[in-house]
Amino acid sequence: MSENFATWQSALAVQPAGRIARRFRALAEAGEMGLVAYITAGDPSLAATEKIVLAAAEAGADVIELGVPFSDPVADGPTIQRASDRALRSGTTLAGVIELVRRIRANSEVPLVLFSYFNPILQMGLEKFAAAAAAAGADGVLATDLTLEEAVEYRAALQAHGLDTIFLAAPTSTDARLAQIGAASSGFLYVISRAGVTGEREALPADLPALIRRARKFTSLPIAVGFGISLPTHVTVLGGIADAAVVGSALMAEVEKAASTDEAAAAVAERIRVLKSAARTGVSRRSSEAS
Amino acid sequence: MSAIAPMVPDARGRYGRYGGRYVPETLMAPLEELERAYAAARADSSFQAELDSLLHNFAGRPTPLQFAERLSAYLGGPRIYIKREDLLHTGAHKINNALGQGLLVTRMGKKRIIAETGAGQHGVATATVAAKFGLTCTVYMGTEDMERQRLNVFRMRLLGAEVVGVDSGSRTLKDAINEAMRDWVTNVESSHYLLGSVLGAHPYPQIVRDFQKVIGEEARAQIAQAEGRLPDTLIACVGGGSNAIGLFHAFLPDASVRMIGVEAGGRGTTLGEHAARLAAASGFSGARPGVLQGTYTYVLQNFDGQIATTHSVSAGLDYPGVGPEHAWLAEQGRAEYCAVSDAEAVEAARTLARLEGIIPALESAHALAEVIRRAPRMKKDELVILNLSGRGDKDMDILSRYV
Ligand SMILES: Cc1ncc(COP(=O)(O)O)c(C=O)c1O
Repeated sequence: MSENFATWQSALAVQPAGRIARRFRALAEAGEMGLVAYITAGDPSLAATEKIVLAAAEAGADVIELGVPFSDPVADGPTIQRASDRALRSGTTLAGVIELVRRIRANSEVPLVLFSYFNPILQMGLEKFAAAAAAAGADGVLATDLTLEEAVEYRAALQAHGLDTIFLAAPTSTDARLAQIGAASSGFLYVISRAGVTGEREALPADLPALIRRARKFTSLPIAVGFGISLPTHVTVLGGIADAAVVGSALMAEVEKAASTDEAAAAVAERIRVLKSAARTGVSRRSSEAS
Repeated sequence: MSAIAPMVPDARGRYGRYGGRYVPETLMAPLEELERAYAAARADSSFQAELDSLLHNFAGRPTPLQFAERLSAYLGGPRIYIKREDLLHTGAHKINNALGQGLLVTRMGKKRIIAETGAGQHGVATATVAAKFGLTCTVYMGTEDMERQRLNVFRMRLLGAEVVGVDSGSRTLKDAINEAMRDWVTNVESSHYLLGSVLGAHPYPQIVRDFQKVIGEEARAQIAQAEGRLPDTLIACVGGGSNAIGLFHAFLPDASVRMIGVEAGGRGTTLGEHAARLAAASGFSGARPGVLQGTYTYVLQNFDGQIATTHSVSAGLDYPGVGPEHAWLAEQGRAEYCAVSDAEAVEAARTLARLEGIIPALESAHALAEVIRRAPRMKKDELVILNLSGRGDKDMDILSRYV
């Protein structure tokens, strides 16, 4: 009994149940797959992003990834490159995105992840960044071009402020790396569906289920799958094998097309409603197959 | 000035605090694969023998170390020797590295190579190696550079390479590297990224340096033969820094040998007008340590960590980052870095053409401009080796506009 209590306590110490963990727990209890929405902050303005994010959360997005624009987004395809470009031209900075987190947090409890390239974080200073992001109400951080090997100080700074550290797992990651990535991650594990950059694709790769199963062997964290997901059929395919689907370029394509902020927010919300509904039915289909 | 043994990089690819590996996770496996393949090749004497044979029979090594008699007399100061990398096949030092990596690629069994290019010399060298080894080749090049180095675009296409214009950012070398990395991350299984300078994630800065260090090894033996002693000063231009490190490397343990890297001073010292990353002491603004395209090094950037645009008359020097080993050599005080302007480089190119009958690449002309600037302060018997990294045919359009 006391031993159990100690185990339970240390589990809590390792993984404080932040907003992200609580959301995934609620999804699991409801038997629903989650939907993670990536939105480039500052495209076309931070004020617009605030409205779009709140509309996305309202429409059923379970986690929001706020993209911090960067001048040289090597991991991104054309849609998010253009979104980053527009965001930088509107004067967006990392400090501005953290301020946006504070404003969103004042109106919503949706889990918020800062999704950035490493250099802006490094230039702000790891400790200053972690303190500011946590104080504003961010829940986690993902740095696209930061691998485990270079992330020792970064992880320490984020953990000290109770922020989840989300790392990417790729189809090319070896088992040994998957184990390390799983151990270093908290909140969820982000599995990249294919080798490549972000952007919409026709279909998901055939070997994706095998990749997700392989990643599962090394982590008990929820698994979110991203890169190339835009259609309800993609989400349906993930039903029962992933815990969440990440949609990004498809949303930023809507923002790009929209003539006004209200139109952008409405179009993003509609996309999310459709995808979230597929996320719900996807899982139930799997459950009925299983029974 | 201290001598340091060239014991870098460490196992994590660090030169002091610089270097490392900052890439999307997808690229970790191919980087590790490359590291293993390179270690195996280095341990295999047949690899070096095959490379030596190619360097000799195909590329034209060793290159001469030529005494620049009229230039030395004209400057009235130091005795200047020119390391003639411009005489290599394809016209620049870039072929040393392209052949080395090309041979590595054939051992790795990959059939396609990707490259970036600024001045077009690395693109031409890569296209050449692809043709020689029967590989398919895609070269990314900023559209601004395609315009100003048109001759090399044509050469690459004639050699059978696909040249893809990159229209983002400043439409120069940095943007070409972004696009090459995106191609690589998408085609990791089939393709090797043949990076052209001592940039990028570990092990690239080490591999490219190792394939270029032949420049200094030859020069060291040649100057001993010609003068019976070590040189006093080495001087080379620094874009990413491959021709400079190639010349410097063999001399690093020689404490008496002074090393000078010359960056692009462009048309002013304000951020955006130059590409001087390590020459801050001369008043150039905007360089701080940061992460760009896989490595931690000095990077021209704004306060928020966004990478700055750069300017140089020379496409091969027009880049906001610098090889991490140079950042380390600068920090150690082992090498010094300065910058010369567009106008000084163009003037130096004219001077060399008229005095020595050699039209240099505008990149190499930067190193020469620094020799000209320093000559009055040098002793008469001072021995200088200038690395003439490439020939100037590609720059005729630009030169004709100035001359
Ligand atoms: C002739 C020549 N010299 C120098 C450079 C600069 O590269 P690095 O600093 O790697 O030698 C280039 C690059 O294109 C070049 O073509």
